[in-house]
Amino acid sequence: MGNPFIVIGALLAAIIVIPFYRVVKGPTVFDRLLGAAAIGTKTVVLICIVGFLFQRIEMFVDIALTYAVLNFVGSIAIAKYFDHQGVKE
Amino acid sequence: MSDLQYGVSIAMVAAGTFFMLVGSIGIIRLPDFFSRTHAAGKSDTLGIMLVLGGLAMYEGFTVNSAKLLIAIVLVALANPVGMHALAKAALRYGLKPWMPEGSGDNGAKQKGGGQ
Repeated sequence: MGNPFIVIGALLAAIIVIPFYRVVKGPTVFDRLLGAAAIGTKTVVLICIVGFLFQRIEMFVDIALTYAVLNFVGSIAIAKYFDHQGVKE
Repeated sequence: MSDLQYGVSIAMVAAGTFFMLVGSIGIIRLPDFFSRTHAAGKSDTLGIMLVLGGLAMYEGFTVNSAKLLIAIVLVALANPVGMHALAKAALRYGLKPWMPEGSGDNGAKQKGGGQ
């Protein structure tokens, strides 16, 4: 039953790795934050698809929702932290 | 599980995956941090909404698809707001948006300015 979702899940796993390049190379710290936030939001979808593969959808959707909220709060907190660093140059 | 429901949900999930790929490529190739927030904020959000919508369509009328719809609304609101907060913090941190060479203040007087 899960054969389309296996393919989609594999594609998503490959897509999630791409922003990692920006996390490593990003010239500014905000590029790294952007890459991390992008990976976080994509992982939400990967969790939902894994839920469909394992036939335990109600559990995995809850995990995905919690992770989405956590990721959002995390990026807001980090953005707020860098807000008060003041102008560097 | 009619064929139409199956086909439409798989098409939506595939389209969502395509837009997430576009978002990832945009994060890599766009020249400047502020233009990259477009990729991470907008096309990722569209991709996620399409994939979760496809999964909700695949699921039909159950509690799980209601939760998936809640997840769609959450991501649709949270992702752009997160990117906006990041961009605002970057701007106040002193990060200057990238401008092509010919489009400085003098460039703005010409038609259109940028490339």
